[in-house]
Amino acid sequence: MSPLRALGLAGLCLLSTSAFAAPVIVAEKQPLNLHAIGMFFVFVLGTLAITLWASRQTRSTADFYTAGGGISGFQNGLAIAGDYMSAATLLGLSSLIFAKGYDGFIYTVAFFVGWPLITFLMAERLRNLGRFTFADIVSYRLDQTRIRTFAAFGSLTVVCCYLVVQMVGAGQLIKLLFGLDYPVAVVVVGALMLVYVIFGGMLATTWVQIIKAVLLLAGGTTLALLAMAQFGFSYEALAARAIDSHAIGKAIMGPGSMLADPLNAASMSLGLAFGIAGLPHILMRFFTVPNAKEARKSVFYATGFIGFFFLVVITLGFSAIVIVGTDPQYFVGGDLRGALIGGGNMVAMHLAKAVGGNLFLGFLSATAFATILAVVSGLALAGASAISHDLYATVFKKGQASEKDEMRVTRIATIGLGLVAIGLGILFEKQNVAFLVGLTFGVAASTNFPVLIMAMYWKGLTTRGALWGGCAGLVSALLLVILSPAVWVTVLGNAKAIFPYDHPALFSMPLAFLVIVVVSKLDRSARAEQERAAFDDQFVRAQTGLGAAAASAH
Amino acid sequence: MNQPISLHTQSYDQIRNNPKFHQLVQSRSRLAWSLSATVFGAYSLFMLTVAFAPQWLHQPLGEDTLLTVGLPVGAAIIVFSWLLTGWYVRSANTRFDALSAQILKESQQ
Repeated sequence: MSPLRALGLAGLCLLSTSAFAAPVIVAEKQPLNLHAIGMFFVFVLGTLAITLWASRQTRSTADFYTAGGGISGFQNGLAIAGDYMSAATLLGLSSLIFAKGYDGFIYTVAFFVGWPLITFLMAERLRNLGRFTFADIVSYRLDQTRIRTFAAFGSLTVVCCYLVVQMVGAGQLIKLLFGLDYPVAVVVVGALMLVYVIFGGMLATTWVQIIKAVLLLAGGTTLALLAMAQFGFSYEALAARAIDSHAIGKAIMGPGSMLADPLNAASMSLGLAFGIAGLPHILMRFFTVPNAKEARKSVFYATGFIGFFFLVVITLGFSAIVIVGTDPQYFVGGDLRGALIGGGNMVAMHLAKAVGGNLFLGFLSATAFATILAVVSGLALAGASAISHDLYATVFKKGQASEKDEMRVTRIATIGLGLVAIGLGILFEKQNVAFLVGLTFGVAASTNFPVLIMAMYWKGLTTRGALWGGCAGLVSALLLVILSPAVWVTVLGNAKAIFPYDHPALFSMPLAFLVIVVVSKLDRSARAEQERAAFDDQFVRAQTGLGAAAASAH
Repeated sequence: MNQPISLHTQSYDQIRNNPKFHQLVQSRSRLAWSLSATVFGAYSLFMLTVAFAPQWLHQPLGEDTLLTVGLPVGAAIIVFSWLLTGWYVRSANTRFDALSAQILKESQQ
């Protein structure tokens, strides 16, 4: 795939995401919230101090991309959790449960189940084979130029889509919680992200993620405890009152209408479960630990934190049905059947105010802001490393770039990504955020994941197979999303969607695997022979870690 | 990134011919794949139930409770699959790593 075509595809993805201008209730600007701003200010000062410290430790490209491989398993576990638990998980999932009950629970399980699979099949191989980006692993025995170009654009597509999700969420959230204008909020997030990443690299980003994970876990748990106190810490009492309060009554306690279609459910579950394993900012975290042992530990801790947090969020969602759902002050015009003030995603925030008052709302708002900052920083770093390490240093300079040049390009790329994120964030203000998360995961599951897992496990993989298969996954995922009801009907105004499901993964992911296998098998070139032969050495390194990139000494 | 390959080719050959290496590969992949199959199987079963037999998850847990079967089932998938990651990580960090260290040591002799 030529770089230009790949760029076109990446652009197409962004365009298609802008098309989800579903009727979102845009957050009303609120009066300035001084508690929230004060606490957020403390967070920013603290993280800027860390960035200053990190900038003194960050000298080489290895420091910049992977914090020199010196992060411990426990720290990295927290940071992975911090990377993964975005504002969309706290706000989106709790709101989904608030609106749909058990259906939101199913989503939560789907968002979780990829983690154990990453532990069993990927964590140690990622660490043993990779150095800075997941493209290192895919191109280990394949054609450096073509595979890295492809992998870099796969990364950038996912990174850009997800950045837009985060920026739009940030703008809405901050406008609502802090009383700042939407564009101001987006610019503040973008500017802070740039400072963290450009000056502090992976080390600063890691600590921002660790701090944020601790804040989010503490804030979420406190909120759940305060909420459960209103039900005497009895789930039975909570269930009874939630059923009484919710419009659909008993139906909230089991699967409902949202996933009634089996194929739609299957497609969603595949996309979410395997999408995690194709998110470049998550994969990159595995290169920050010294060895495979710490990589495994980190994913064990991360899985624990994420699982715990998800169970907390489920409790929050059900409590909110009672506490927020029956209180007219949280609804526009006091109408309990109407819209929530600030839009459907604000359930957890209203709950915080209801059980903890303005001070706690301020704390949770500041945490949500910190959450967005941590996630966008990780994304920006992953995107910048794809541009500088994969595209610039390896493809463009054929591995001859000096470390200084590579660092310079990284920083320019980060600024570029920051500007793109701010621009698109402002442009796509009125967009349905939760749906875009699904799209990001769909593309990650059908493009990055199949190529990566085959590169790790299948001897027969060839460059040609990886390229054709990856492109098939990318193109089909994007096409299916465009033909799905959300775009084809809602946006383009057609009567009936050509592709009836919301998620493409059930079709696009197997297609990617099929094309990879068929094209690789048919590949009789001499280059393909070499690539298959090189698997044996790669396999030994994957298993034993012999030859794996070592942590740099500090 | 291709440099390490040539650098270590001899050791790689030696390791591949070490019977302990095959033992390592076999026991690791047996554990990894069976745990993956367990987690993915449980998850698929859950999603199939959601799609084809949702009423099963709607059943009450007991005589006079409003809690349904679906709640502990969903939570159990999260908790048990996390415990399984603990099992894998422990085996890999003790048993497999010890074996792997032995193999590497033998390859340097």
